[in-house]
Amino acid sequence: MSFPWAEHYAPKHPVMQWVDERLPLPRLVYNAIGAGYPVPRNLNYFWNFGVLAGLALVIQIVTGVIMAMHYGANTLVAFGSVEQTMRDVNAGWLMRYAHANGASFFFIVVYLHIFRGLFYGSYKAPREMVWLLGLVIFLLMMATAFMGYVLPWGQMSYWGAKVITGLFGAIPVVGEPIQTWLLGGFAPGNASLNRFFSLHFLLPFVIAGVIILHIWSLHIPGSNNPTGVDVKGPQDTVPFHPYYTAKDGFGAGVFLILFAILLFFAPNYLGHADNYIEANPLSTPAHIVPEWYFWPFYAILRAFTVDFFFVPAKLLGVLAMFASILLLFFLPWLDNSPVRSGNYRPTFKKFFWILVIDVLILGYCGGAPAEEPYVMISQVASAYYFAHFLIILPLIARFEKPLPLPGSITEAVLNRSYIEGEQNALPGMGSDPQPSNAG
Amino acid sequence: MVRIGAFLVGLFFAGWLVVSFLMGAVAYVSEPPQPTAEHEFHKAPRHVNFSFDGPVGSYDRAQLQRGFQVFKEVCSACHSLKFVAFRDLQAIGYNEAEVKAIAKQWAIKAPDVDPKTGEMAGRDPVPSDYFPKPFANNVAAAAANNNAIPPDLSLMTKARHHGSAYVYSLLTGYQKQPADLLKHFPDAKTPQGLHYNPYFPNLNLAMAPPLTAEGQVTYGDGTKSTVDQMAQDVSAFLTWTAEPKLENRHRAGWATIFFLLIATVLAYLSYQNIWAEKKKA
Repeated sequence: MSFPWAEHYAPKHPVMQWVDERLPLPRLVYNAIGAGYPVPRNLNYFWNFGVLAGLALVIQIVTGVIMAMHYGANTLVAFGSVEQTMRDVNAGWLMRYAHANGASFFFIVVYLHIFRGLFYGSYKAPREMVWLLGLVIFLLMMATAFMGYVLPWGQMSYWGAKVITGLFGAIPVVGEPIQTWLLGGFAPGNASLNRFFSLHFLLPFVIAGVIILHIWSLHIPGSNNPTGVDVKGPQDTVPFHPYYTAKDGFGAGVFLILFAILLFFAPNYLGHADNYIEANPLSTPAHIVPEWYFWPFYAILRAFTVDFFFVPAKLLGVLAMFASILLLFFLPWLDNSPVRSGNYRPTFKKFFWILVIDVLILGYCGGAPAEEPYVMISQVASAYYFAHFLIILPLIARFEKPLPLPGSITEAVLNRSYIEGEQNALPGMGSDPQPSNAG
Repeated sequence: MVRIGAFLVGLFFAGWLVVSFLMGAVAYVSEPPQPTAEHEFHKAPRHVNFSFDGPVGSYDRAQLQRGFQVFKEVCSACHSLKFVAFRDLQAIGYNEAEVKAIAKQWAIKAPDVDPKTGEMAGRDPVPSDYFPKPFANNVAAAAANNNAIPPDLSLMTKARHHGSAYVYSLLTGYQKQPADLLKHFPDAKTPQGLHYNPYFPNLNLAMAPPLTAEGQVTYGDGTKSTVDQMAQDVSAFLTWTAEPKLENRHRAGWATIFFLLIATVLAYLSYQNIWAEKKKA
């Protein structure tokens, strides 16, 4: 596929030959995630998270389809039907807790996957399409997770739905009709619950489809690697199978152990107690908070407290929240440094870690009540978030002097200190990026 | 072009956030937020040890039965338990005949229709019935309880943070309003008909103290029924009603993790084995 030395599919068994001639599906799989896909030999554990995200999606679909067999998408019975699943369905409690915590683990691995892409410059040419499709998956995941959280019809389900659809209500003139149209009424009700259930069932399969495109576009240039240096020849790669299937098998084991610990011993730790109270439109919870994976964005939404002339603060918050995700679509063109890996970009690296801490602070503030000092902290943190991507990154790309890159992946592997990059760099050494890395 | 546009957008958002921050900071310094009585006097639940705590915890059947007795003789007068059926009581150690008797003798009738006339009528509950509700509807519940509707208790310990400790603390936490509170917040005097309880989020609770005296419930197993004991027992019982599968979950958890540990060690060894040649090179 991507490199001329990729192994070719040559089925030995006559049945497989027969199938391959008529429907080359085994060939497709072989070339996509089998021995036919050459992968850089120096990938570290951060490259496990793509496969783990796929595993998380499978867990969600399996547990979700089973849950749907016992769920009643009607405001009169929804809460009770989930409780019925927990109490009277064989292993229903397991499906329910696995699904609820599976969503959290899905986001954990996807955030680590995005972290990997950001640090090692995986979004840069020639992998822009991989990055863009990944962001589409991320947006679909957020929509799916939000609608899934509404289905148990607890207090946070109801009020979360009200707040999030209310964001559309902030749009001038057409906002309120749009909100009413989205909900199928003036407040979350039976029509909303039914359509959310329908879409919550549909979107995971849309995600699966976009994942196929994501992997397809990845296979054109092949995987990035911790040095960010292009693959030069066969000595730089190993076949995906068995090398990375084995490594991913180990990664999946660690992932499942951590998942099991949370699922079996603290299944409600990441949830909100209020969602065990049935939805009550007449009683507003003291603090309406979304699930933890939305907290950074929720903090940005609430950071805008002052109207900008005729633009109300609420609308600014909504625009900023959407902008905070949409700006990532422009990242490949905002950061146009030819060096991919953060290991060879001393200035980028410093700001990158500030961004990581900044997002963690935003997450903390998003989960906290909308009081001081949390609002002030989220204002500073949100300001940095926008400045980082929209102002600082393009400037770094222009003025930074990158460290010398290894000549090839193999050279980096043989001289591991190169991977550390920074420590090995002598002051005053030539810092021009190698042309080979200019992608 | 992209970078110029981004720069302007970034400047706008970051700039306006800094302006908002400065305005907020000025307001914060010039008019610091006033402390509220809830903020100053609300207490986190008291720590209490339960047999079901931790990853190997399991329910103490005798305690659950005592807790059920407290629920039956005290709580059930006002609170429903709508997600629990009489048949579920077998899980806390009652046999089939006992469950049948408990259902039949329950003080509240199960709503049904008279098979002859079709009129609404009550009948003695049977094991397959869910616990009947003490009030016909929310209006009746509010009318009988000073306008506060007693919440359903099936999920109470999961519907509050640290729910088991919360229920215990609330039941044992009734007290006179501290003089200190009234000194600093003269407006926060507990209104007529409410009861001061520092474990309740807004400090004033409509529910009158339900467990008031030692010996209020006479335990079948001879345990001394202090208020503290009754509160612990009923908290344990309500933990069971909220999470009846806790023991299955803990058992399944250990088995799953044991299996996964072996599988992961094997996966690690095969990973090392497969890469052995490449790592040398």
